[in-house]
This record gives sequence, C-alpha cells and structure tokens, in this order.
Amino acid sequence: MRMNRYTVAVLVQNKFGVLNRVTSMFRRRRFNIDALTVSETESPDYSRITVIFDGDSASKKQLVEQLYKLPEVCSIKELDNENSVSSELLLIKMENSAETREEIRSAADAFDAKIVDYTREAVMMQVTGDSRRIDDFINLMRDYKILEICRTGIVSLERGNKTIREELN
Amino acid sequence: MRKVKFMILSGADIIVRTLIEQGCETVFGYPGGQIINVYDSLYKYSGEIKHVLAAHEQGAAHAADGYARATGKVGVVIATSGPGATNLVTGIATAQLDSVPVVAITGNVPTYQIGTDSFQEIDITGVTLPITKQNYCVGSVEELADTIREAFKIASSGRPGPVLVDVPKDVQIAKCEYEPMPPVQPYEKSAAKDIRIKEAAECINACERPFIYYGGGVVSSEAQDELFALAELIDAPIGCSMMGISGVPTDHPRFLGMQGMHGHFASSMAMHSADCIISLGVRFNDRVTGNRAKFATKAKIVHIDVDGSELSKTVNAAHGLRADVKLTLQKLLPLINKVERPEWQKKITELRAEEENYLDNREGLTPRAAILTLNKHLGENTPVATDVGQHQMWSAQNLNFKKSRRFVSSGGLGTMGFGLGAAIGAQVGTKEHAVLVTGDGSFGMCLNELATAVSYNIPVVILLMNNGVLGMVRQWQTLFFDKHYSNTVLDRKTDFVKLAEAFGAKGEAVSSVEALDEALGRAFKENGPYVIDCKIDKDEFVLPMLPPGGSMDDIIVKVGE
Repeated sequence: MRMNRYTVAVLVQNKFGVLNRVTSMFRRRRFNIDALTVSETESPDYSRITVIFDGDSASKKQLVEQLYKLPEVCSIKELDNENSVSSELLLIKMENSAETREEIRSAADAFDAKIVDYTREAVMMQVTGDSRRIDDFINLMRDYKILEICRTGIVSLERGNKTIREELN
Repeated sequence: MRKVKFMILSGADIIVRTLIEQGCETVFGYPGGQIINVYDSLYKYSGEIKHVLAAHEQGAAHAADGYARATGKVGVVIATSGPGATNLVTGIATAQLDSVPVVAITGNVPTYQIGTDSFQEIDITGVTLPITKQNYCVGSVEELADTIREAFKIASSGRPGPVLVDVPKDVQIAKCEYEPMPPVQPYEKSAAKDIRIKEAAECINACERPFIYYGGGVVSSEAQDELFALAELIDAPIGCSMMGISGVPTDHPRFLGMQGMHGHFASSMAMHSADCIISLGVRFNDRVTGNRAKFATKAKIVHIDVDGSELSKTVNAAHGLRADVKLTLQKLLPLINKVERPEWQKKITELRAEEENYLDNREGLTPRAAILTLNKHLGENTPVATDVGQHQMWSAQNLNFKKSRRFVSSGGLGTMGFGLGAAIGAQVGTKEHAVLVTGDGSFGMCLNELATAVSYNIPVVILLMNNGVLGMVRQWQTLFFDKHYSNTVLDRKTDFVKLAEAFGAKGEAVSSVEALDEALGRAFKENGPYVIDCKIDKDEFVLPMLPPGGSMDDIIVKVGE
C-alpha cells in the first residue's frame, strides 16, 4: 500500500460543535491526521476545514465517505499540488545573541522572513509558504536556539475560478 | 389556500405536538425531573399519543428499536437527564450498529445550569456523539419543532439510524408559536449513475457462478421484488447477512440462508465458490468474511449500498455503487441477460444435500428441535425477537419466516438484554402476538421488562432456552481455551416459573418436545407474557462454525463424533 499525503478541503455548516463531530469521527476510525485548520469563509453560514492526511488511497476514500455521512458536511474537495495553492504561516521565536544575530538575519532574508518582534533577548519571525519551505526554515534555525514555534497548518484553495461551493446542490 | 393556524405553546407541548404531527402513535420511555414537563404534555395529549412506561430506560430504548424494526416507522424513546439519558446508551448504540431509525428525546438541566455539574446533569450529546447518526442539544424553544422534524428526517433517510434530541428544561418551559406541519419525508432516493450500472451489468453478464448476498438494506429499501427478478434472470442462489433474515421468505427455493461465522453451510460454501458476488444493502463484517485475505478469493464483488463508506471498506469491490438498492436494481435489470446455469445449480443442489448431513436430527429436546417446534406455532406475521448468544444463532438458522421485518435481533452490536424490550416494541408496533427467544444469560440482563409486558397486557411468548451456562462463550472455551469454563457456568438458583409468577405473568418449565409443543399452544392463547423455561443441555454447540479469523477451509460442521 502506497502512503501518500492528501489535502482535503471540507465545507461545513458554521455551527456549534461541528469541529468536534469531525475530529471525533477521525479519532474513532483511526485516521492519521497530520494537520487541520478551521476558518471562516466568505459566507457566515459555512466554515472551511482543511485536513492534511497521510494514508493510502483506500483510507483516503474511506475518510471522504465518512465525512460525507456527517450531516453538517456540505461539500468536500480533494486538493493536490497541481490544482491548488497551499500555504502555511510560521511564527518562530529565537534567542537573540550577539554571536548568532547576523547569521539568523541572513537566513531570514533568504526566506523572506519578516521580523515581527525584536527585543534584546529574543527575535520573532514570520514565514509563509508551503510546508516544505517552512520545514526547511525550521531546520535551518535548529543550528541556533529556538525558544518556541507555532505554525498554523495548511490552508489551501483550488486554482482558477472553481470553488468548493459549486459542489453544493 | 391553506389556513395557517398558529398556537402559542410551551416547549414541552411542542415536543409532543410535533411527535403527533410526525405520525407517532406510541412512544416508550421513563419520566424524571428534567423531563417532567414533557410528561405533563403527554398527560394532556394522551388521547392522541400513547406512552408505554418501561421498567428501565434501556428497555424503553430497545422497545423503540423493536417497534422501528418491525414496522419500518421511526421509533421514539423519551428519558430524563443524567442516568435516564445514559441508560439509553446501549439501546442507541444497538440501533446505530443495525441502522434502525430511532429518535431519542432526553431532558436536561436548564441552559443556565449546563456545565456546572448540577444534579443529574450529563453531556448526553457528547456521550452519544459516536453512536448516533446525528444529535442535538436544543438551544431555544423556537428551534425545537424544526429540530425534532429534522431528527425524524435524518433518522429515516438513506441508511437509517438513531438521532438524539436533548432538550434543557428551560426550553421545555419557554413558549413560542407552533404551526403544525405535515410529516417529513426522507431525502429523495436515487439510483446509481447509468455508466456504473452498465459496468456492473457487464460484470454480472460475464460471470458463471453468481451469488446474491443481501442484508438489511434490501429490507429498508423494500427491494425484494427486484432481488427475486435478478435471481431469476441470472439463475443465482440467494444468501443473506443476519440482518437480512426474514427479508425474503425462508422457504424461497433460491434462498440458502445466512452467511457468516454460524451461517448455513450451503449458503457459505456457495458464496465461497461463486465468481461474482452481487452484494445488496449489506456490509462485509468480520463475522461474515472471517479471514479477509482468504475471503471469496475467486469472486468479483458488485456492491450496491446507500452508504458509500461501506463500499470497499473491508473487502475490495470490483464495482461499488453508492445508491438506493431498489432504484438501482430497477435500472440494472433490463441490462441483464437471461441465462440458465445447470452446472452451477447442480453444485448448489449438491451443497444442499451435503448440508442435510450436518443438520442436527437427534431425538429429544435439542436446540434445533425447540426452534422447529416453535415454527409450528408461528403465524405468517408473528414477530420473533431474540437476545444474543447461542439461542440467537439457533433461531437465525432454523426459524421460518414468511414476511419481511419479522426477525428482530441485535446483529451489529450483539446486545444481550435486547430481546424483551424489542419484543414488546415489535408487539406494540404490529399488534401481533410476539415471540422472544432468549437464553438464561441474556434474559437475566433485562428481565425487569416483564413488568412492562404484564402492566400493558402485551402478549409475548418467551421461549427461554435455559442451559445454565453462557453457552456461546462456553462453546469458545470448549474449542479454543482448553475447556477452561471461566465464569460461564451460571449455576443460578433462579426459578423462572416462579419469577414469571412474581411479575404477574404465567410460566411453565418443559423438558421434552411434546411438553414444549403443548406449552406453546397455551402460551399463544395468553393475553400477556408467558415464560416457557425450556431446559437445554449445557454442551450443545452452534454449528456450523467458522472459527474467528478462519476461512471456509476451517469450517467446523460436527464436533465430538
């Protein structure tokens, strides 16, 4: 069985407890979820959940079918690198010391990282891009002292004028 | 123009009025502090809706389930908050695993107390999240009627299932406008796409040894006529999952019986030998497949189910069609070539003949003899409920059914204690004299519902197959655990006849086929429950048996000879 990484966008009713229903289903059916983001959409009636999931194609199909069974799920779209744009945001806080300051600065320049907070002891940077790029930046920073990091998980939209809402009847 | 009739009603009245509006004639339940307002409304509307008071909320939940299974209508159960609600859990889970449309209504503490661990407060929507098709905690009285309507719609649509509506007490007290609405209709059913049907038809037309395997989905979709038409066209035998029993008449010439761990020999072997398994409204549960790697390796599977997640969930289907079984078969039938398959039929005849050798034809009150004796007393509409264990399998193997929805048994969850409540619900729903086949283990779990059957004069013949042991577990211990009978020898001192009498019912003990036959004659004349304590040997086996995780090569047809 070939393991793949899948991105599944799920449009759900914007109601109390829907996220709990979705994650409860993932837990009880043992789906291995790598990242999950929830956000508002252009309509107050809907929220959008982006699921990043590792598995074979049979378990991906099962995940989609099980999602469809939840009454609050309105539409589902699988997104891949070709048909979509994905992005993630990283906040990373580094120790700010005289020895490493310049090196961190040049790495940040190379990644277009934006410095969003700067004190004598610490520097916080913001990086956006695909997950690979964020992984790379974190790896680079491991040479220095990372104080803490926080990443949003992936958000993803299909290219062109198609939308997930077209799937709605 | 329709005259709109608004009324200002309390939430509790709205609940009961909405149930009446949805065509609900009888509900099952148990009152309590946080549902007392609804019970006041049930008092007010008692001329329009009947409430059956159970002995325990679990029994009420099983009764709503049995009512739904036997009638095809939505069953309704009402309970209070906290322990009342948690007592429903096993009943709700039973309905979920067998796809039964049930609406559970629970009271809860007032909205302003939720989250404070107040008396008899429990987060029942949280508790039942994984065992309901959908659930709600109603936030305001204005949403109440539509939430209950939606609950009925979801419970009865597609693959049916239980829905819970939790109503805080302040929502029951608050008032708002209520406008009666017609009963909700399930979401529209649809057939599979033409191209998928065409591909499936090609697969079926190309095969040589087709087998039709159906389950509860054929019953809920009422696709029997189409199923028979397909079987005639392609000259195929028919088998079913346990949930399919009574879905087609047991004596139908093409029907070979149940699949699975204790399935009928000819049915299991025929499916194993098939090169195409046409699976209709049924899933491939581990109890049916055994070792999945060795399951029906020669066969292509055409699978039609309204729940897309069942397609290729456990075994790979060559053609998986997410659609209503009946509508899809209607479009499929014209594409199917009429053929006769003398070789395949010869093989089936041989399997049937071989099966004859394995049937238990011993003299005396054997389990099979008991069920065959019961068969003589069954009317064509008699609902037969069971509990779970050996008696359930003996029933599934040997009972004769003529009409659909007459076998009422917990398949997916395997709930011991299900039977008596379910039999009561089936009796109330069908108005037929009902039967419960049970064992001394299962009966001991929920026999308190005898009080319910006595109070309402509910005619239920209770055939208690009493072997003094937990027979199914004991059978496994005999076969796989070196006869270590750990905690399966009950050795209770219960006198079931006296017990029945203590509840106000009648009962008698029998130890021969003739005595059982006569007792059944008396039992079916009784206007209430009648317990027949039927003594069975503790070392009886359910056979054939496919050992857990085994394949058809490992089938056990006889033991100890």
